Amino acid sequence: MIRRKPLSVSDPTWFRYLLISLSLAVIGLFLVLPLWTVLTEAFAKGWASYRDSLMHPDALAAIRLTLLTAAVAVPLTTVFGIAAAWAIARFDFTGKNLLVTLIDLPFSVSPVIAGLIYVLVFGAQGWLGPWLAAHDIKIIFAVPGIILATLFVTFPFVARELIPLMQEIGHEEEEAALSLGASPWQMFFSITLPNIKWGLLYGILLCNARAMGEFGAVSVVSGHIRGLTNTLPLHVEVTYDEYDFVGSFAGASLLAGLAVVTLVTKTFLEWKQTQDIKTARLMSE
Amino acid sequence: MSITLRNIKKQFGDFIALNTINLEIPEGELVALLGPSGCGKTTLLRIIAGLEQADSGQVFLQGDEVTDQPVKSRQIGFVFQHYALFRHMTVFDNIAFGLRVKPKAQRPSKAEIKDKVHALLKLVQLDWLAGRFPEQLSGGQRQRIALARALAVEPSVLLLDEPFGALDASVRKDLRLWLRHLHHELNVTSIFVTHDQEEAMEVASQIVVLNKGHIEQQGSPSDIYDHPANPFVSQFIGQTNVFNLEQTDTFWLKNSGLPTPQTGRVAHVRPHDIELTKAANGAAQAVLKDWQQLGGLIRVELLKQEAGGQPATIFAEMPAEQFRQLSLQKGEGVAVRIRHAHWFH
Repeated sequence: MIRRKPLSVSDPTWFRYLLISLSLAVIGLFLVLPLWTVLTEAFAKGWASYRDSLMHPDALAAIRLTLLTAAVAVPLTTVFGIAAAWAIARFDFTGKNLLVTLIDLPFSVSPVIAGLIYVLVFGAQGWLGPWLAAHDIKIIFAVPGIILATLFVTFPFVARELIPLMQEIGHEEEEAALSLGASPWQMFFSITLPNIKWGLLYGILLCNARAMGEFGAVSVVSGHIRGLTNTLPLHVEVTYDEYDFVGSFAGASLLAGLAVVTLVTKTFLEWKQTQDIKTARLMSE
Repeated sequence: MSITLRNIKKQFGDFIALNTINLEIPEGELVALLGPSGCGKTTLLRIIAGLEQADSGQVFLQGDEVTDQPVKSRQIGFVFQHYALFRHMTVFDNIAFGLRVKPKAQRPSKAEIKDKVHALLKLVQLDWLAGRFPEQLSGGQRQRIALARALAVEPSVLLLDEPFGALDASVRKDLRLWLRHLHHELNVTSIFVTHDQEEAMEVASQIVVLNKGHIEQQGSPSDIYDHPANPFVSQFIGQTNVFNLEQTDTFWLKNSGLPTPQTGRVAHVRPHDIELTKAANGAAQAVLKDWQQLGGLIRVELLKQEAGGQPATIFAEMPAEQFRQLSLQKGEGVAVRIRHAHWFH
């Protein structure tokens, strides 16, 4: 083993091993063991039972709704994120700091509150409730409410990721493209987008993980109507409450799988992004 | 293409970047916008390009007003200070970019683009770099690729923002000369921004001296050096010794053989307009403090001697050979003759 520091400054060996084993024990106890439990419980009654509980119409409906929610929320969040990051990184305007603070709001508000806000606005007793009822538009305890709540909790992810990246990259390449005769759209698709793509994908990935896994906000607005307004996390809860452990843990195993895929992709994207930032620094020397 | 600016004003918050700029640049010139940092020169360049909008005033290219036209339709080539090469594109794709984004009707064929890019790479003497990415190039190479990219769209005006600012001293010297030659070859009206007066003198055919948002003087390099319009230009361009008649220099200046003018209280004297001789006993006006060899020239540091006056440092320059013949020692007294001065109020 190569010593990087003189002996007098480095910590004693026993201390290092103590810290390392402590960290491993905590990770094992709180992360690996639960994941293992999810899998053993899901397969407790064998593969067939696992498959059956995932093929159950309610489970399938929950998966479909989760995918639909993500399919609507993620693109909207992406467009919003790019627009907000563009405005913040490129322009100076009054209220810029306020906008940055507001983008962070969903991080500091409890998701349950986020759900409640929508109930208060769109619910039967809410501000817009009577008008919505008169026009036969259902938002709360229906799919639109779930999508709205998901949008609320996910909308900072892409913007937060892009703002520092776009500030680091700067505006010069875009100006160069314009001076060479590119239209604003040509500039965006051939210069801006390739430069921010790894950061953007990173934001989309985190956003997608949250959109599919969100429980609190969605739980408040969903109404838990089986086969209609249950997303996968809600389906896990409902089946668990009914002592259908295989069904519950089978659903949970899907979410756990999503988490693992997210984690691996995330590591890759982080690595790609550091490369990009290194290049950005190199190029502005 | 000629460039005309009329009453250009630009403010950033409370800071006045440009205060009523009027400027006429004839076709085919290679112009330096010269000034200390923060004088507004880059802002002015960006306004000509259309990358920045003036608060008021007009921009004309070849007599046509383009004040409200976007950068895209001004037919300019812009070379950025840090080159702004597209980092995810090869050198070839960088140069081809301006041709590929043209509307279908005007877009050259693939073969034509290829020919053109290679011709430009030959022009900047970097044909062997076509497949590289910007991060793999040296500063000087990036600079020339940025220039080739700007030239690809055949601009009528070439604008360069601190083109040599980020380069090593040795590379900078080569590129200056090269830019001058390239300009002769292409004869496209060009403006470059610089804070380095030597660079402006060496490269430009016209110099515009800017200070605090307004134009101090415009003219050929020799015009500006030999006939500075005001104390700022005189001190900013080249070395200058400043003598103030109202202070204690009156007697000293008379002794140096400089006729006192009708107007003007402050004399600006170039180092090469000061002539030194060994002082006869008691006639020393200055003491030789130190000297440095600058190539074929010697720069002499003198301490001015005057009863009651503060000992001030004066710089004189002379050919090395002449200095040797004087055989002066450090600490020795010298007599000073001033051949010529610019007088200001």
